[in-house]
Amino acid sequence: MQEITITSGRHMHHIDPHLTIWGWEIPVYLFFGGLVAGILFFSAVYFLRGKEDEMHATVRIAPLFVPLLLSLGLFALFLDLEYKLHVFRFYTAIRLESPMSWGSWTLAIIFPLSFLWALMHAEKVFPNWRYPYAWMENAMTYVKKYAKVIAWLLIYYAAILGIYTGILLSAFNARPIWNTAILGPLFLVSGLSTALAFNMILSKNKEEKHRLGRIDLIAIGIELFLIIHMFMGFLASTQIHVEAVTLFLGGPYTAPFWIFVVGIGLIIPAFIEILDSLHKVKSTLIPAFLVLFGGLMLRFIIVDAGQFSSWVY
Amino acid sequence: MARYGMVIDTKKCVGCADCVVACKTENNVPDGYCRDWIVEDVRGAFPDLHMEIRSERCNHCENAPCVRCCPTGASYTDEDYGVVLVDKDLCTGCKACIASCPYDARYVHPEGYVDKCTFCMHRVREGLDPACVAVCPTKCMYFGDLDDANSEVSKLIRSRPNHALIPEAGTKPKIFYLL
Repeated sequence: MQEITITSGRHMHHIDPHLTIWGWEIPVYLFFGGLVAGILFFSAVYFLRGKEDEMHATVRIAPLFVPLLLSLGLFALFLDLEYKLHVFRFYTAIRLESPMSWGSWTLAIIFPLSFLWALMHAEKVFPNWRYPYAWMENAMTYVKKYAKVIAWLLIYYAAILGIYTGILLSAFNARPIWNTAILGPLFLVSGLSTALAFNMILSKNKEEKHRLGRIDLIAIGIELFLIIHMFMGFLASTQIHVEAVTLFLGGPYTAPFWIFVVGIGLIIPAFIEILDSLHKVKSTLIPAFLVLFGGLMLRFIIVDAGQFSSWVY
Repeated sequence: MARYGMVIDTKKCVGCADCVVACKTENNVPDGYCRDWIVEDVRGAFPDLHMEIRSERCNHCENAPCVRCCPTGASYTDEDYGVVLVDKDLCTGCKACIASCPYDARYVHPEGYVDKCTFCMHRVREGLDPACVAVCPTKCMYFGDLDDANSEVSKLIRSRPNHALIPEAGTKPKIFYLL
């Protein structure tokens, strides 16, 4: 038996009895971060493969939403800051040991790149697109010469951004549920999957939709593999990790995680996508919306459960 | 760089919480928050029970995850004393340091920056002990340089069985509890 009593009293706001420092803002930010990473990744990949016309929504339309989606994510992050006037401090230091620091710098690079990428494609999506000033037109003509360079940079930084959304959490050794290297690739693949779902919603081309659905099936398969691998890793780890993972295996996060993330967010959309690819059901956007919902729930549940888990002594 | 740390004799501590009150007064800790607190840890099965009373606070870890995770350098290790501090002018209130601390020793000050025990550096720099150590009625707390083999803290660690909190977290805490 072990009984811990804090006799001097301790009930600090957002700290006791367990952490609640990060509310809805961080999962929303992580969701938009992963989604944006995925959109830019696929847009750049299919652009480099010369499939702009076949994959019109993926290459040209989806990136138009990126500056807005990224702004929404960053605004949620900003709302989470307790000392908002000091937000500029993220950019007065480069601290490679801190994932949050290199994440901030990655965002500082990817945001202007994604803006340029969106402008380059806006001209193709909107035939009547005109710049108000000649110098803008000239600048964009210059930028377009380096489209391939920008595409390669986007692939590189999108991968970093996608992985970073998971590593941000896995770097916290103090929270056993977050402290697994699987979170990086899991959040990356989940981000790619949500982007594929987003592109499916935007696309009006049947062939493109089917291709996106097939890739999404692979992404969902990898996600399921990573989730199983994550639990195997926890169960084979130290006692503190074994105890922490019971939160998902009989504990309070069991039902939300297995129903909303694995069931509704992965297995059901995968099942519908398989039937769709076999032409057994009418093609609908239901799996795409379910994947987006599952991606958001994954981040909400992992962020919350991590704060619930801690070392005991 | 010195390596200041603390030794607390759990045989002498009675859990009176004078250290908690002294800290709140000395550091003007806002209502509802505390930089130190008293833990009664009871283990075993009746009649073989063991109780340890501990005055806990930030462990000023040598391998401090809060310093490592901080994106702006607001959490840092003081070069002269080896004490972990927060520069509130650099703090954004992102709370990464709070999430990274296995001891849950940090909180967000109502003014927006993250706050915690400083080992009363404003007193230590003047040659005084931290307020909690100075006020302890049973003299169960000791403060000094762990790198100085002749300091009281070093002698106590050498001469008495002791333990630190969650050493397995790899943080290298600098508060030792005498058994």
